[in-house]
Amino acid sequence: MLRTPLYRWHVAHGARMVEFGGWEMPIQYTSVVEEHRAVRTAVGLTDVSHMGRLIFEGPGAGAFLDSLLSRDVSALKPGQVRYSLLTDQRGGIIDDVLIGCFAKPGESADSMRAGSIQAGSVRYVLVVNASNRKKVLEWIRRYLADSVARKPDEEVLFADTTTETAMIAIQGPKAVALMQSHVENAQVENAQVENAQVEDAQVEDAQVEDAQVEFDLASMKYYNGAYIRLKSDLGVEGPVLLTRTGYTGEDGFELTVPAGSAEHVWDTLHASGRSAAPSLLPVGLGARDTLRLEAGMPLYGHEMNEETDPFEAGLSYACCLDGTDYPGRDALVALSGAALKRVRVGIMLDEKRPAREGCSILIESGQNAFDQNASGVESGRTVPRPVGVVSSGSFSPTLGRPVAMGFVPPEYSSPGQLVLIDIRGRMASGKVVPLPFYKRK
Amino acid sequence: MDKNTLRYTPSHEWVYVDGDAATVGITDHAVKALTDLVYIELPEVGRTLAANEAFGEVESVKAVSDLLSPVAGEIVEVNSEIADNLDVLTADPFARGWLIKLRLTAPVPTSLLDRAAYEKLEEGE
Repeated sequence: MLRTPLYRWHVAHGARMVEFGGWEMPIQYTSVVEEHRAVRTAVGLTDVSHMGRLIFEGPGAGAFLDSLLSRDVSALKPGQVRYSLLTDQRGGIIDDVLIGCFAKPGESADSMRAGSIQAGSVRYVLVVNASNRKKVLEWIRRYLADSVARKPDEEVLFADTTTETAMIAIQGPKAVALMQSHVENAQVENAQVENAQVEDAQVEDAQVEDAQVEFDLASMKYYNGAYIRLKSDLGVEGPVLLTRTGYTGEDGFELTVPAGSAEHVWDTLHASGRSAAPSLLPVGLGARDTLRLEAGMPLYGHEMNEETDPFEAGLSYACCLDGTDYPGRDALVALSGAALKRVRVGIMLDEKRPAREGCSILIESGQNAFDQNASGVESGRTVPRPVGVVSSGSFSPTLGRPVAMGFVPPEYSSPGQLVLIDIRGRMASGKVVPLPFYKRK
Repeated sequence: MDKNTLRYTPSHEWVYVDGDAATVGITDHAVKALTDLVYIELPEVGRTLAANEAFGEVESVKAVSDLLSPVAGEIVEVNSEIADNLDVLTADPFARGWLIKLRLTAPVPTSLLDRAAYEKLEEGE
């Protein structure tokens, strides 16, 4: 089993360690609920080093990624991050990923500010699920090998940097304040890039020269990122990747640092956040799961797998059907025109008992949102009929009630639809509600 | 309850026996290991249990665990207070957080652990 560079810290701080995607990871330090609340009200630190971090450079990198991912990667401007799928020929989901395009660290940012972005001056970073990393690597290498006879201007440089780096999620309403105090102000170059519309580049440029603009992290938009410099107290010399992304439904960042610096970075951020009130907590994968569930975010292996139709999973926004070709695009075009057999919904339960993955979702005939048998007359009832299945379910610490995601036929997917869930032989009542369950203000 | 007078199961239940009356609960170790309790399912009074039979389940945010009876007996009382207020179980698992009371229908199994043996098992986890 693999261990992240923060393994020792987790164990020393009483984390309960479990296997996750081939890695030994902290599921909780003290309490899932407390850790969950820290992210909703303050800030939490989560070790997400198990996620795969694959980098692509070279003049052919954008076109190569275009040919594999469901989004048009070469259309990304430096600084942008997008959610995307990696699909097989049938349109089945191999993995769901984040793809980011960044000014290559060390590269002169002047050329980019001037709007003359040269092909090859950017680095693409693909973040993949831990459990799928091996499969994704095989998929990528297969396609790279197919195009081995690339011309020099189509060269693709590829590396899996997962084990030589660590990735830390800093999530919560206080994440900006925490990170702001640890980011070097001088490093404005890359920060400007993602804010600057190319056409505004001249204006931005002038502002940079006139005023000693500080790198204001708050100006880094959601799903943007850059290579930045951390203050010396974090002990990292070179530029590191900071993106305003996360998997919690809360504001925050994900920070990638060299493996050797990870423990010091984590420890320093932890100490710094602990001194503020309400306080930072280290957050395990248990709370990460309840956070993403409340945020209505799908998880690979639960809301999707290789047999899932992305449209049923509600991922049509990640499928570009009219751009460059990629494996599965034609299949997705065909699927996009077909009627959905089932759709992903959110369900809130009435009682305290959580529904779990695999529980059946049932409908009582005649019971939908608009004509429910409120009187409960026995003769009017029929035996509940299974129509779907729960894909993720837990207790929502924010709502104080169990919530679940699952798949049901479209005719039962309207908010307000009454459902029953078979929890180990006993029926629990609930209803379909809009996703997400929780949305930050 | 005095922890020294209790007997324990490897699955973290405790039982206190006084004549043919038994009181069953789960240990502080179990409560701590589960954390974030959200739901408990307890049986009806009158049901007869065999030793090691599941009589309910306790559920945390993360997972569900079966509750196993350390002894054989007929359920004579169920702690109705904790179903509505799991904090009682979390705060006081050896007293107010008891789960069921039974009238023994068979001798207490000799395989149950005493405090020393149970604490040794705890340390190993």
